[in-house]
Amino acid sequence: MTHGSGAQRTVSVEGLSRVEGEGSLHVEVRDGVVEEVALSIFEPPRFFEALLQGRRATEAPDITARICGICPVAYQMSACAAIEDAVGVTVDQEVADLRRLLYCGEWIQSHALHIYLLHAPDFLGFADAVELAERDREAVERGLAIKKIGNLLMAAVGGRAIHPVNVRVGGFYSAPAPSDIAALADPLRRARDLALDTVSWVGGFEFPDVTGNYRFVSLRTPGRYPLESGRVASSDGLDLTPTAFDHLVVEEHVARSTALHARLGGDLDYLTGPLARYALNSSVLPDVAREAATGAGLGPVVTNPFQSIVVRAVELVFACDEALRLVNSYEPPNPPAIDIPARAGVGTGVTEAPRGLLLHSYALDSDGVIVTARIVPPTSQNQITIEADLKRVVQGALSLSDADLAWRCEQAVRNHDPCISCAAHFLDVTVVRE
Amino acid sequence: MTAPRPDGAPDARPTLAVWKFASCDGCQLSLLDCEDELLALAGAVRIAHFTEMSRATVGGPYDVSLVEGSITTAADAARIREIRTDSRRLITIGACASAGGIQALRNFAAEGAYVGAVYAHPEYISSLSTSTAISAHVPVDFELQGCPIDQRQLLEVITAELVGRKPVIPTHTVCQECKGRGTVCLLVAHGTACLGPVTRAGCGALCPSIGRGCFGCFGPSDAANTDALAQCLLESGMAPVDASRLFATFYAGNPVFGDQSQALAEPIEPIEPIEPEDRPVQQ
Repeated sequence: MTHGSGAQRTVSVEGLSRVEGEGSLHVEVRDGVVEEVALSIFEPPRFFEALLQGRRATEAPDITARICGICPVAYQMSACAAIEDAVGVTVDQEVADLRRLLYCGEWIQSHALHIYLLHAPDFLGFADAVELAERDREAVERGLAIKKIGNLLMAAVGGRAIHPVNVRVGGFYSAPAPSDIAALADPLRRARDLALDTVSWVGGFEFPDVTGNYRFVSLRTPGRYPLESGRVASSDGLDLTPTAFDHLVVEEHVARSTALHARLGGDLDYLTGPLARYALNSSVLPDVAREAATGAGLGPVVTNPFQSIVVRAVELVFACDEALRLVNSYEPPNPPAIDIPARAGVGTGVTEAPRGLLLHSYALDSDGVIVTARIVPPTSQNQITIEADLKRVVQGALSLSDADLAWRCEQAVRNHDPCISCAAHFLDVTVVRE
Repeated sequence: MTAPRPDGAPDARPTLAVWKFASCDGCQLSLLDCEDELLALAGAVRIAHFTEMSRATVGGPYDVSLVEGSITTAADAARIREIRTDSRRLITIGACASAGGIQALRNFAAEGAYVGAVYAHPEYISSLSTSTAISAHVPVDFELQGCPIDQRQLLEVITAELVGRKPVIPTHTVCQECKGRGTVCLLVAHGTACLGPVTRAGCGALCPSIGRGCFGCFGPSDAANTDALAQCLLESGMAPVDASRLFATFYAGNPVFGDQSQALAEPIEPIEPIEPEDRPVQQ
């Protein structure tokens, strides 16, 4: 995994594990200075933006869900928001609430998966959760129990956990029965308790001392932690409509990657995801989540990327609590969906996937057929920042053995829960910088 | 997974490997979603290669390989041959590995059109012009269908492999699942377009149970009469182009659905990259 000694040292991880999709990383150190860091994504492209051309806009939620089996709801939600924007309709509050509930289910399953199965083993020195379970079965069982409740919620609202079938542009095919939603309350209370245990557990891990200098970008929703709607805000004062954000994000195609690199206005790199959401919205977390964060020693902004696992656990508490609030106030939407007229237009949708902002924009013709599609997934937006993180992490950890340094690098990549399957597939380039 | 057994005895458990090609990761996730069975499974088999789950990996040969994803690059075409050589049994999981997946829509487009529509530098991308099933490249012992696969069916297939019997997986239609659960026929009663009469069972007729027509995510059933269904869809007022789209999603790469879609479609024009300034503006 690593080779070379003396003045020059090279760290290579050919197949990154415990991430979604296929990538590798390469670091070069010369005379004690990190000279080059490259996160390569070699996941084969699937060309979603091309295959969407000529499809009905109403097909976009089901087709784009197949970009990622870990966060299909994020794709469905951003697609619905973009198409509803394009044809100029707004869904009823009951539909918006039910979408938010479904999205909570995805956050719960995805965050539990990442914390327990993908990320925690790094902090404890295990190759995977199976090894971890040999030492601490209770911990892994706790993670699986939370994850199962997330999947239960997704199945109750969406019909199934992976690639839900109940979502459509304009709402849902069918409103879940109130008794089926009410039956989620007890499991969600249990999940919230287990999530609080999770915050305590990961809060006690040891974190390498690294401070990132991030430009945070996330949605901001009045009075609530952001999920399915809102304006796009940044830590340096941006406050944009989704459409304005779409215009500002520029992607570049580089040789080593089938994912495009996104920057604001073409030259500002930024970070989306739990650290960004938390930094810009921690004041509107529900009390139970904010108190858990304080108890774990977090301030209102977290800049150590290794502590992202704690922030993710705090968001897990939020998602369980928010789901419970929505379950308790559930009113079946009637009708379950509004009509979507076939109308020409352009529209943008931005929502918070578990791992960061997910932007969709579509241009539709007067028959309601997609003319162009643009999809900017979180990992394309975070890739430049992940590389900058790696540089800092390696610089501060040169005393580690080659094998440990390689592992530390992997852990640093996993801090941002990259979804390489998402990032590799498509992207409609608007500007190329040579 | 790499820890030696406490008693020092050689690990006699069968080895299981999970491989990924072009896909969404959802079918592998079905394995991690077996929350109640995962730790028991990890005890019964030695998980020797599963990069989504572990940084540890053990070399072949493998007793059972589960393969997710389709073949879309020359490098992957070579890699699946090596995996086949290393695997006693090779099972594909999901629509991508078993039929090419949604990305097989490229098979119907003009060569080079897709990469040019998405990437600024097509020369950086080495990708085949087709997305094909694993069985187009190497012999496959069993194909588990679904987009995504059903978790209970996955456990059945793994269990059957471990005891050396044939998996019990239905090949009849979604229609029979609707009858089984007492769902009124959407096509007959409401004229809702539904692929249930030609789609393989396995989901439990999820979509019809919520008033949505089946969209074929488990692929064609045995002896699927798609001609008759296409006729029925057209008679119920569906435009041919929409009927064509209905057959051309996750199983477009399976000729039973793909050919039916092509028969319903007008010739597909090659897709040209569209510059942003040519996008239609809001009316």
